[in-house]
Amino acid sequence: MTVLELDKVSIRFGGLVAVSQVSFNIHAGEILALIGPNGAGKTTIFNLIMGLYKLTDGKILFKNINISSRKPHQIAALGIGRTFQTIHLFNQLTVFDNVLIGAHTQGGRNMTGALLKWLPAIAKEEKDLHELAFRCLQMVGLEKKRDALAKNLPYGEQRRLEIARALALKPSLLLLDEPAAGMNPQETKELMELIHVIRNSGITILLVEHDMKFVMKISDRIVVLDYGAKIAEGVPEEIRTSPLVIQAYLGKVGAR
Amino acid sequence: MGNFLQNVVNQIDPYVMQILVNIGIGIILALGLNVITGLAGQLSLGHAAFMSIGAFTGAILTIKLGMPFGVNLLCSGFMAALFSVLIGFPTLRLSGDYLAIATLGFAEILKVVFLNLDITNRALGLSVPPPYSSIPLPVYVLISVVLAVTALALMQESRFGRALKAIREDEIAAEAMGVNATRYKIQAFAIGSFYAGVGGCLYAHFIAYINPSDFGFLKSIDILNMVVLGGLGSIPGVILGASLLTTAPEFLGFMKQYRMLVYGIILIILMLFRPNGLLGGVSFKEMVLKIFRKRTQPSRA
Repeated sequence: MTVLELDKVSIRFGGLVAVSQVSFNIHAGEILALIGPNGAGKTTIFNLIMGLYKLTDGKILFKNINISSRKPHQIAALGIGRTFQTIHLFNQLTVFDNVLIGAHTQGGRNMTGALLKWLPAIAKEEKDLHELAFRCLQMVGLEKKRDALAKNLPYGEQRRLEIARALALKPSLLLLDEPAAGMNPQETKELMELIHVIRNSGITILLVEHDMKFVMKISDRIVVLDYGAKIAEGVPEEIRTSPLVIQAYLGKVGAR
Repeated sequence: MGNFLQNVVNQIDPYVMQILVNIGIGIILALGLNVITGLAGQLSLGHAAFMSIGAFTGAILTIKLGMPFGVNLLCSGFMAALFSVLIGFPTLRLSGDYLAIATLGFAEILKVVFLNLDITNRALGLSVPPPYSSIPLPVYVLISVVLAVTALALMQESRFGRALKAIREDEIAAEAMGVNATRYKIQAFAIGSFYAGVGGCLYAHFIAYINPSDFGFLKSIDILNMVVLGGLGSIPGVILGASLLTTAPEFLGFMKQYRMLVYGIILIILMLFRPNGLLGGVSFKEMVLKIFRKRTQPSRA
């Protein structure tokens, strides 16, 4: 089953074609990696999926719903969670509050609900949200830090908190933008295990990553971009040996 | 009931009572701005304009219709909220400082409009008759303060309040969590303006005379000062800030003409040493827990 389908997606910024006619599908339950040299358009594709940029051409289908013209919060509410390349936590709030905000779409109470928190239905919803948030924190192993301010966490834990926050959205698709960036080998290994746990819980994963060892180990399939166009797609072994990919990364043999 | 309350109010020295009522109104106004600026992180420089909408609505409803004061308060609040939505809808969709500029302009325009409307008696201003109610005004102020504080305290810890804080911290991340930032910002703006409207209505009936030029830019900055001085986003901080700044002219009175000079210096010193406000970043829950832990720790060891 296809979770996300990109159909001839293009975007132009003025004269620059940042992404051109890119098509690929993400199947349910797989880990798909998006790789390519710097400036290939990986993060741009993330932002297109999340609705931060408007497509110039083509369309994006999430579970057969066209999300090309929807707003970021609507797309998130459909069940796409994301983390950011540069950390975007709610710095002045506690770890637990960060995850609770991730669970925003799982609740429905609003302004008036806030004033009537003693009503059983509202109290129950708040309790459910707290439980969900706590489970997500447990999943990334941060439950002991729940009362710390997000800004005071060490870098690796901030990365994991971002994942926990995205998980609280109960996404069916999770977008990870360079999750291993700046991590030491031990942290990277733990991250890999975490991503496997998340996938095994039934969440499909699309990730952008520069660490090739990481990508080759973790991905089921890889899509390679260069100058905004797709140049290859396949299982890690195919990508490793594809002449086109090697050329994109290392340049042509004999060229200067 | 009304007589009894009136007797209670009469027991208190009129000068003290006047200060207390002013503090109460200040707290309501500052709490309103705190929702907009402290919780949702949107800078509004026209809070006094929404106060003036409440003040004139309240005054006119009392003069023309003789409306019971309780209903009048609600109407004034809703009228201010209605205008805030009209202003907020186009401006809050944009991120950045557009709201600050728009509210600043709105406040000035509104002042000129009130100065030229017959119903607000143009530049002469309105004399406001006493409210139609057997309960004395200070009691209304007290009830309003209690309700305002309670509502805000509940709001802060709810799903709604968390969404506002998320927008303040990082709007892009908040949207990625499914928070409809535009809608929440408009709601926060409306709630804050509702508070301002109620505060304005109380103010009008307490001062008994209102003039459009009472609600200028300086009044907006006064309210902003209360919020920033006390601590953005902290309810005890805002209460403290409103109390201090309302009483400042009283206890700085002995300095005569140097009063405002000292006031300015105090503000600068505070911003240097407590940039987050007097009680900004102070969690009372944490403080209580800390004391509690200190007491229990020796027994464990």
